Amino acid sequence: MIAGGHSLLPMMKLRLANPELVVDINDLEHLAYIREQDSEIRIGALTRHYQLLESEPLARHFPIFADAERVIADPVVRNRGTIGGSLAQADAAEDLSAVCSALKASVVIAGGGGERVVSMEDFHVGPYTTAIDDAELLVEIRIPVRPGAGSAHAKVERRAGDWAIVAVAGGLWLDGETIADAGLALSAVGLTTVHATRAEELLRGKRPSEELFAEAGAIASEDCSPSPDGRGPVDYKRHLAGELTKRALRRAAERARAGTTPGGHTWR
Amino acid sequence: MEVTININGEPVTREIEPALLLVHFIRDTPGLTGTHWGCDTSNCGACVVQMDGLPVKSCTVLAAMAEGHEIRTIEALSIDGVLDPVQQGFHEEHGLQCGFCTPGMIMTARALLDANPDPTEDEIRTAISGAICRCTGYSNIVRAVRWAAEHEAAQPRRS
Repeated sequence: MIAGGHSLLPMMKLRLANPELVVDINDLEHLAYIREQDSEIRIGALTRHYQLLESEPLARHFPIFADAERVIADPVVRNRGTIGGSLAQADAAEDLSAVCSALKASVVIAGGGGERVVSMEDFHVGPYTTAIDDAELLVEIRIPVRPGAGSAHAKVERRAGDWAIVAVAGGLWLDGETIADAGLALSAVGLTTVHATRAEELLRGKRPSEELFAEAGAIASEDCSPSPDGRGPVDYKRHLAGELTKRALRRAAERARAGTTPGGHTWR
Repeated sequence: MEVTININGEPVTREIEPALLLVHFIRDTPGLTGTHWGCDTSNCGACVVQMDGLPVKSCTVLAAMAEGHEIRTIEALSIDGVLDPVQQGFHEEHGLQCGFCTPGMIMTARALLDANPDPTEDEIRTAISGAICRCTGYSNIVRAVRWAAEHEAAQPRRS
């Protein structure tokens, strides 16, 4: 399947992918949408990055998307790449997978036998491997809209538009001054997107504070498994994981307290 | 497979290998070599053309995916020998030296001004962040785009 093509075509050029048949799904224009329905934001799989960046409902409910989109590749690439392709690529360094994981999203997979809804947890089964079977297609991403939400994405990259050295996606749902629920996911520090469940558990039921966020950062830093590579050694990446967790949670808490945030952005 | 792509208002039909990239289709068949083939990894932006008005990297689009879409290349910008204001701006402000990145820069900047006729320096730098220039250090390119914005504001562009 090819949508934006900005993962598959580079892989084909590198001979990492050698498909016998490529099906272009760009004509399925009904799969490009962002709408509010049944207390969820529903995003069609063929929605492009620039549309996510410019979306008013997303900016209002989940400003984490605009945070992430501004640092995903560059505006010209964002005119083609899609959210469905980003998630289905199942690359551990990819940003939207962590965003959707932190927001407790689920995905809709369609096939000849109908549709099934799969949590982000179950969607990525390994590196570059998803729960999508043969003859199935990822068609929609669903994000529950809950009260008291605040969310933010924090990323460190070597140069503008690069893959993350480390990135952290954080979501908080406040009930008054108590964290009713928390979502935390990290990019580029494991074989797949790292869902920091132990840090989430720490956060639940507590009052937001710098000390709490530092503790959550320390746990996230322990629970990820970065590899040394050209982007840095392991201790540096663990340091970033802790620091970026603090920054994402701090910003998410500010946004949750402030309520709604300003509308869509145009950065094309 | 046979593919028909509308390039600069003209339908171009050709029998191609399915894996042919749009950048090669544009350069080979109608011979529009203004679109440059640079890094081939969607990093450098030399191959940017407009597809239905949006700038895209033509090294990362299959020619077959462009069937039925409107492609606009650098060759379509000047009309009857009169340069587009963005082209004129690159001339006035010395927005190029070797010229390799220029077609992609200009097609990216043209799309920016079509969407946002009065961009700030930051907005220009963001818009061209997917295009690499090894000569100018970008300052003259930013000035060139501002030149075009200011001159278009003074004298509205023909469509």
